[in-house]
Amino acid sequence: MADTSIDRSVTPLCEMRDMQKAFGGIRAVDHVTVNVYPGEVVGILGHNGAGKSVLMKMLSGAYQRDGGQIFVNGEEVQINNPRDARAYNIETIYQTLALADNLDAASNLFLGRELTTRLGFLDDQSMESETRKIMSRLNPNFRRYSTPVAGLSGGQRQSVAIARAVYFDAKILIMDEPTAALGVEETRMVAELIGELKRQGIGIFLIDHDIHQVKQLCDRASVMKNGRLVGTVNVDEVTEDDLLGMIILGKNPKAEAA
Amino acid sequence: MTEATTSHDPSEPARNKRTLFQNLEIDTRLLGMIGAFLLIAIVFNIMTEGRFLTPRNVFNLTIQTVSVAIMATGMVFVIVTRHIDLSVGALLATVSATMAVTQTDLLPTMLGLELGSPLIAPITILFGAIVGTIIGAFHGYLIGYLAIPAFIVTLGGLFVWRNVAWHITSGQTVGPLDPQFVSLGGIDGTLGETGSWVFGALAALFTLYLLFGARRRKVSHGFPVKPIWAEILIAGVALAAILGFVWILNSYDIPDRRLERMFAARGEVMPEGYTAGYGVPLSVLLLIIVAAAMMVVAQRTRLGRYIFAAGGNPEAAALSGINTRLLTVKVFAIVGFLCALSAVVASARLNFHSNDVGTLDELRVIAAAVIGGTALSGGIGTIYGAILGALIMQSLQSGMAMVGVEAPYQNIVVGIVLVLAVFIDIVYRKRTGV
Ligand SMILES: Nc1ncnc2c1ncn2[C@@H]1O[C@H](COP(=O)(O)OP(=O)(O)OP(=O)(O)O)[C@@H](O)[C@H]1O
Ligand SMILES: [Mg+2]
Repeated sequence: MADTSIDRSVTPLCEMRDMQKAFGGIRAVDHVTVNVYPGEVVGILGHNGAGKSVLMKMLSGAYQRDGGQIFVNGEEVQINNPRDARAYNIETIYQTLALADNLDAASNLFLGRELTTRLGFLDDQSMESETRKIMSRLNPNFRRYSTPVAGLSGGQRQSVAIARAVYFDAKILIMDEPTAALGVEETRMVAELIGELKRQGIGIFLIDHDIHQVKQLCDRASVMKNGRLVGTVNVDEVTEDDLLGMIILGKNPKAEAA
Repeated sequence: MTEATTSHDPSEPARNKRTLFQNLEIDTRLLGMIGAFLLIAIVFNIMTEGRFLTPRNVFNLTIQTVSVAIMATGMVFVIVTRHIDLSVGALLATVSATMAVTQTDLLPTMLGLELGSPLIAPITILFGAIVGTIIGAFHGYLIGYLAIPAFIVTLGGLFVWRNVAWHITSGQTVGPLDPQFVSLGGIDGTLGETGSWVFGALAALFTLYLLFGARRRKVSHGFPVKPIWAEILIAGVALAAILGFVWILNSYDIPDRRLERMFAARGEVMPEGYTAGYGVPLSVLLLIIVAAAMMVVAQRTRLGRYIFAAGGNPEAAALSGINTRLLTVKVFAIVGFLCALSAVVASARLNFHSNDVGTLDELRVIAAAVIGGTALSGGIGTIYGAILGALIMQSLQSGMAMVGVEAPYQNIVVGIVLVLAVFIDIVYRKRTGV
């Protein structure tokens, strides 16, 4: 599904330049640069613990970077907390989903951005009907609007997390293994959703371990190993084996050709 | 009851298979607690040959419950956010001491207010509320921003504030307190029969407004609503409870001698055969207002939503942009404010401030919240549950005292009931899967 119509002569929608983050002695992210253009899906690949989630969490404001710069539409921005990221229309589906188990789907979807009545009280009915609208597109079989999400299946919970990220007009979307818990049908709907978001000009960072799916959904792929960037490739120009080689052995097929 | 509906989503059983309780959509845990309370009341009533459920005893029971119940509503927020507050009783004592000195000494000498001036009580209470809120907020700051565990901060607070109270009054008992202030303690300030009926009617109308307002909002969004007979049944029970409560408190007659004194104070002579009931105490009115406000905060405001979200998953709350540190400060500030209100009620009820006011209240308050269904693992709890919990504990203690059980044995029973209540709650949650 790689898309040749993406114009990479414009400024990237979002660029993370020379990002660094260490935890104690562990260099989780070590001078990594990635970017995404409007309407593009960039896969972030790598083995477990390669640093993919940490890299993306610096963009979503969950972690503060040790070094590096973040640009949105060519302008450098400071993202120090999740609110800053939301203000730049950066939305995230976290690997851990980040749902409050004791709250229902609507309360989770609107958490931190509740709809209120004119008097400033929570407008739960409006939030629920909005939730019903978006969920009917993502997971039409979903019915459990009035139970805490703790009682939902893994896939249902994931649908709620996806709904939350796409409801608020994201310009930049971070999806950290969004289909890990989804069934065949639901995964297909997420793939469709990604296509639709691309057409709207949204830039997507997609963390995914399924190489086949990466080939289908992504335009480019940035591969990480032990916190460092192995390289960024056009997905159309490499084979699945090339990608696996980058992930496992850390060898860049372009470098070989050169 | 759901075996025929296993192919459907379990949360949406087919309409015709719904049980009575499902139609009513009331919290079955609430029903269980009300049932436990009624059982305790009936058993003690039998054991005391009808003395437990006299208007006089119901009146006393409610005014004894108020102070702990007010603090318990705040403790719900604390425990829901996965914290604990061991300092509420000591904080109550510090605020009580502050207010006692303010009204008997500071205001009369420094501001030159005459003893008995109508300004003394409001200024004293305002000052006490500010002191309580600031101390609570300070606890919250230590917990939220400096990351010292709430258990430690408030355990330290327990030592500090209990003895700051002692320091403020130099260890003396301070009293008598301002008469207006004392009217908030219970028996010395009631709405009277007419006032109580007016209050009951207003409360009934407000309840109806809430119930049917919620139904109207649901209908306007096209959501399913419960059958109208269920709605009417719930409204009927609620109204009966409100008006029945007013009726019982109104039936507690003011003793003749006290009435005579009241007439004499106004320079009048009491007419022959005149009687009057106490009605709803101002302290109970205060509790009802606090309860209503706290329920609104819990269910209908962002603050309440964030408190529950942070309790359910602190990381998720933070990732949603909620400032969980500031939230902790707010929660403990609310508790501090409520401790101040309880300090008013507790010292006013005694008509003096004494060193041991509020001693062991922290344990009663935590027990009330926990018996009322607040889970120490966080994220779960209700305001009305905590109030019922306080009422259940007070009923147990008063009932046993009336039957002649000595205080140490009373405490043993209360301790066992606490553990049992939590165990039942755990079993209940496992079975219902919530
Ligand atoms: N909060 C943290 N504290 C300490 N170390 C951390 C923290 N978060 C991540 N790390 C470390 O940083 C490294 C990168 O972790 P990261 O979560 O980014 O991996 P990942 O590429 O997302 O792996 P996976 O595919 O398993 O999700 C790991 O070594 C991890 O142990
Ligand atoms: Mg990860």
